[in-house]
Amino acid sequence: MSVISDVLALPNDSRKKTYIVAFVLCLICSIAVSSAAVLLKPVQDKNKQFDKQRNIVAIAGLAQDGVSVSEAFKQVEAKVVDLQTGEYVDLDPKIFDARAAAVDPKQNVVLSKEQDIASIKRRAKYATVYLVKDEQGKLQKIILPISGYGLWSTLHGFLALQGDANTIVGLGFYEHAETPGLGGEVDNPNWKAQWIGKKVFDEQGKIALRVTKAPVADSDPRAVYDIDALSGATLTSNGVNNLVHFWLGPDGFGSYIQKIRQGGGA
Amino acid sequence: MTTETRKVLLGPLFDNNPITLQILGICSALAVTSSMNTALLMSLSLTLVTAFSNMFISTVRNHTPSSIRIIVQMTIIASLVIVVDQILRAYAFDTSKRLSVFVGLIITNCIVMGRAEAFAMQNPPGISFLDGIGNGLGYSLILMSVAFVRELFGAGSLFGFQLIPLLKDGGWYVPNGLLLLPPSAFFLIGILIWILRTKKPEQREVPEFRIHEPAKGEYH
Repeated sequence: MSVISDVLALPNDSRKKTYIVAFVLCLICSIAVSSAAVLLKPVQDKNKQFDKQRNIVAIAGLAQDGVSVSEAFKQVEAKVVDLQTGEYVDLDPKIFDARAAAVDPKQNVVLSKEQDIASIKRRAKYATVYLVKDEQGKLQKIILPISGYGLWSTLHGFLALQGDANTIVGLGFYEHAETPGLGGEVDNPNWKAQWIGKKVFDEQGKIALRVTKAPVADSDPRAVYDIDALSGATLTSNGVNNLVHFWLGPDGFGSYIQKIRQGGGA
Repeated sequence: MTTETRKVLLGPLFDNNPITLQILGICSALAVTSSMNTALLMSLSLTLVTAFSNMFISTVRNHTPSSIRIIVQMTIIASLVIVVDQILRAYAFDTSKRLSVFVGLIITNCIVMGRAEAFAMQNPPGISFLDGIGNGLGYSLILMSVAFVRELFGAGSLFGFQLIPLLKDGGWYVPNGLLLLPPSAFFLIGILIWILRTKKPEQREVPEFRIHEPAKGEYH
């Protein structure tokens, strides 16, 4: 105790006291900060997990009244895919984090200007896909993580396809910072609803899906490929168009989708 | 409650409001007031941080070397903010996602630092704590009023509950998109300051200088 009172008795502006006060303060504060971080980590991780599951369940149209998200998520199987080959790789989807991998030089691919239509600069070599199968083990739904630049921000979301890897089940973004009321309308349920049932590929296997200001009339056979763009949000709409094209194209999930369409994906 | 405590606690609501009189903390007031939920959480966080930082800073005030005074204050404030941010991420995940960086930016909120320097360094911990609560409430009052107008007329809802049916959902109200953008908070805070200073003329600032009237023949 006498040490403490000795220190406290020092004149405030002595060099010794300055050092001691600074050191003790930093020690106490760092203990407070690190214990808060460590103690709350499990709850935070659970939140993140839950948030992701809720998004996947909502976008894949698995949500039902009276069924909890974690219950609904049990139908979903996560797998890690090598984007280059389209083959599954033996990585634990619980541990693999595509967003961390995308910025890790050992695990990412830098995209050239021509490839990088979604303006993401680099992507992870692998990606986690989520599959829903029926009782016979037949592939029902494929949920692909997608991301790309809009007007202000990178949009992160999921695109869900049916087992034919062509018909869209749903699209949604769980993270973005577009202008509320304009680009932020990507969250509008009415807008998202028009994605449901649209087709991605035409007969030649080319990506025909597009977000456009001038969608063709409903009677036109091409109407099944057209999404009406958001009004007042040209750049966000273009961003969504580009990122969907990127992730469904050869530099995204192209080879994986090819595999599934040939019947080898499940 | 003594008059002194009352003054410390309730003074910052109207008479000495940190936002409308001292024009502090404007940045976050623009950013987080597009909905009542985020504004409420932000108000709560700021009030707690100001109160506790005032209390801790006041506790160590007699042993704080003046040469590292500001750093000591910043360290205490920053630690508190990180703790609050961690708690929000654990227990108010959705709203904390929308608040994003603004919780972290409480560190640089002038109200916290201003109260630490102006009040906590000269007063004992108990009353400093109340001063923090009072200023936090003053900030909250403005934030909640601005958020009320912005969410009600910008999105037709309050705390996320739809009150006015929107045209896009089959109702009749066309929301005012400007209110969802940060500049609208400027107008609203400006109007609040106007009302407050009309009611309380003593808050009007004396002009710092007069514009020089050109004398005859001085035109060029």
